[in-house]
Amino acid sequence: MLQTSSIEEKLRSVVGPRNLRAATTADVVSGVQPQFVAEPDDEQKLAAVLSCSNEAGIAVIPRGGGTKLDWGNPAKKAELILSTARLNRILEHAWADLTVTVQAGCTLQCLQGTLAQHGQRLAFDGLWPERATIGGVLSTNDSGTSRLRFGALRDLIIGVTLALPSGTLASSGGKVVKNVAGYDLPKLATGALGTLGVITRAVFRLHPLPGSIRTFSFAVANFEAMQEMVLAIQDSKLAHTALQIRRGSGGRPCADILFEATEAGLSGQELQLRKLLGSTGAEQSSESIWNARQNLWSSAGKAVIAKVGVLPAEIAKTMRALEGISNTQSLQWQIAAQATGIATLRLEGEPARLSTAVRQLRAEVEGRGGSLVLLRRPGELDSIDAWGNPGDAVSLMRAVKHQLDPKGTLNPGRFVGGI
Amino acid sequence: MKFYAYSREVRQSETASLLPTPHPSPTVVSFPQPNMNSSLLSELRAIVGERGLISSPEELHTYECDGLTNFRVMPLAVLLPADTQQVQAIARVCHRERIPFVARGSGTGLSGGALPVGNGIVISLARMNRILEVDLPNARVVVEPGVINLEVTGRVQPQEYFYAPDPSSQSVCSIGGNVAENSGGAHCLKYGFTTTHVLGLEVVLPDGSLVHLGGKSLDMPGYDLAGVFVGSEGTLGIATKVILRIVKRPECIRTLLAAFPSTNEAGEAVSDIIAAGMLPAAIEMMDNLAIQAAEAAVHPNYPNCGGLLLVELDGPVAEVEFLMQHVTEICRKNGAWEVRLAQTETERALVWKGRKAAFAAMGRISPNYIVQDGVIPRTALPQVMSEIARLSEETGLRVANVFHAGDGNLHPLVLYDRHIAGQEQAAESLSYRILELCLAAGGSITGEHGVGEEKKLMMSKMFSEPDLDTMQRVRCAFDPLQLSNPTKVFPTPRLCGEKPGEYVAHPLESAGIAERF
Repeated sequence: MLQTSSIEEKLRSVVGPRNLRAATTADVVSGVQPQFVAEPDDEQKLAAVLSCSNEAGIAVIPRGGGTKLDWGNPAKKAELILSTARLNRILEHAWADLTVTVQAGCTLQCLQGTLAQHGQRLAFDGLWPERATIGGVLSTNDSGTSRLRFGALRDLIIGVTLALPSGTLASSGGKVVKNVAGYDLPKLATGALGTLGVITRAVFRLHPLPGSIRTFSFAVANFEAMQEMVLAIQDSKLAHTALQIRRGSGGRPCADILFEATEAGLSGQELQLRKLLGSTGAEQSSESIWNARQNLWSSAGKAVIAKVGVLPAEIAKTMRALEGISNTQSLQWQIAAQATGIATLRLEGEPARLSTAVRQLRAEVEGRGGSLVLLRRPGELDSIDAWGNPGDAVSLMRAVKHQLDPKGTLNPGRFVGGI
Repeated sequence: MKFYAYSREVRQSETASLLPTPHPSPTVVSFPQPNMNSSLLSELRAIVGERGLISSPEELHTYECDGLTNFRVMPLAVLLPADTQQVQAIARVCHRERIPFVARGSGTGLSGGALPVGNGIVISLARMNRILEVDLPNARVVVEPGVINLEVTGRVQPQEYFYAPDPSSQSVCSIGGNVAENSGGAHCLKYGFTTTHVLGLEVVLPDGSLVHLGGKSLDMPGYDLAGVFVGSEGTLGIATKVILRIVKRPECIRTLLAAFPSTNEAGEAVSDIIAAGMLPAAIEMMDNLAIQAAEAAVHPNYPNCGGLLLVELDGPVAEVEFLMQHVTEICRKNGAWEVRLAQTETERALVWKGRKAAFAAMGRISPNYIVQDGVIPRTALPQVMSEIARLSEETGLRVANVFHAGDGNLHPLVLYDRHIAGQEQAAESLSYRILELCLAAGGSITGEHGVGEEKKLMMSKMFSEPDLDTMQRVRCAFDPLQLSNPTKVFPTPRLCGEKPGEYVAHPLESAGIAERF
């Protein structure tokens, strides 16, 4: 049992009296009720409160917008919520150098709004941009539709500052796009689910906003035909930004393709696309079609939402397997897959059946060298590991964790291999 | 806690005394005369076979340096494993005997990353040079580390794919070396670096165990250790297989040359191109001295001007034609007196040949040169250029400039004559002062050549102690005994904090040549 009062006093003294409060039921993390919420207003205080918690042996859950707190496994312990809400400033938008330095608690929408004033953007479309923070999207390695063209967050981040449980604030990378000095810790922090340190600021390379954009959609008879189309597009000279595969009405496979170019360039692209699609034809679509991934989260009901990663040429096989398993288990399913091979999947139905389906599908996907990671699930499925097979580097991952967070203070148990 | 530190003689370069302020200079760590005992040698020979072992002093000379030739250390032996199992077996022996090792590709690195460590061995991956798998539908190629960069493109060119990272040495440098250094090249402005194109790795850790980082599919569960490994300069282990991403060739590629009165106007044009929302495939700049050298070496027929800009756009024809018009206007507006569009593929190749030969071309105008690799925020270019000119004047040493202008990666070439007393030291000193200018402008000491041996002392100027300590903690997770390319990248080694397994006396320690402290 923690000596709550003395720890509270200590925490309060390092973070400032106005920046610590008792946690309420609104702060519950995957069923665990934390005791405190700290909202430091600078990086030093954040590092200090982390170090103080580390010394006291209390578990810390870093939190940005709180939109993806249920990703990963449930935390083994959760005593302090360390919120980045007050670290929300854009520190420097060096627009002529196409870089931005931003604090972790800034929302994606706020960042994009500021960048747009100079015709620029972070080339990443994350979930719930109005609430999701930079620290959160990085830690969870959220992956959007424009990844096909611009790469993942790992390819856009060029610098990071991490608060470590030791109280150290460590920076790596830098403010220039091209830089190979020292280890690439920005990549290590991206997708680490806050288990190594708390991201306090990040530096990104930026891209110009597109001149014009146009989206086209097309439908085909079955998954195999869709796979062929997608591979043909990928093998063509089209310069698209995104290519998404969905299950449309009646279960018919649909695809959406996004072009960003000058007006002159767009007409050329449209012509080429139509030529390539031949009799399939394509309709111009509204941009809202790119919300397909986020929409999978919107409806209520007992559902599993998972991130599936397979090879681009195995999307159809994966969808076939998914269809077979869902039919056998009487489950409803929806998917938004990107041509990169990253898909978001929604499975709905009875928990016991969901559980069977997840195991079967995971075996299928892992057998093909891919992965299935649970992002959201009904409580009945809590015993299934969210991550699946972490591969033969898991001891190395534990060693990295041990070097940076030896006491397991940060997000205990939420990551792969029990990390 | 016991930690083995090799006894070392440090040759402190004398440049520091020539400077007004204390200045970090590279140190060369050399070790006592190697004395490889014969049973160890036989054990290693048994692993790699007779032709996989080099131990005669004459042959070892080939391996005593990499592309940075002013640092030289003789290795105890060079091993050329033929497969992953042999690499593992070698690593296990090194681990057991506490022998440091340095992995080596083609040895074209420019920061001394493949410089042998005294009393250590070199593991050359040159024999592991097979392309294992070409998977066009998924745009993946799996290679062994000794495969030459350009061979990857060569293999997929018929289907109009290419491997994007294109360091100037791409016809000879190896993928393994590219992975170690996170090599860039002119086209990384648009396409990214080696790290953007490496999806997975098979790695032999310094204790001989084998791990797979990343994979053919994206976002494999766990930490992005492939991302950490790429660019770690051989300090975390040895890559034995690399999964690469290849890219479809764009519909068209157009290359423009523009001649400006000076690099300032050329720099303004670059800013305007970026401000107009364009992302060219490459933007390269050369100053007059670099142009002269390139012209003398490979006759690319460059206009003789103060600042030459090379802009390459690629993509769909309609888009590229439209934007190239815009680029031309921007160049003219900024004072370009000649704007030339390469009309044929041969012309385009010649334009690039001149640029890619620029370093080697310095031999035509100077007996010796040092190339640096600093990066600045692009907007700081005019200010940093005028500072470089001032330093050049002050020291009496000529500096030629070749830049990846789009991303602010400078390659100042400091020209000197080794036979003139003091000039080499003065040139080294000048090259480090240029890096300090880059840091002062908010940049980096290296954009693509790596820290290696050469710039490790500069790391303390770029990063704080806690920053470096954090990186070294990560190193400790991979290599607690610090056997894999030790003494590189970091200014001072870090103790890994825990007793790293059972203590085994080093052969040299037993022989009383080295000591433990």
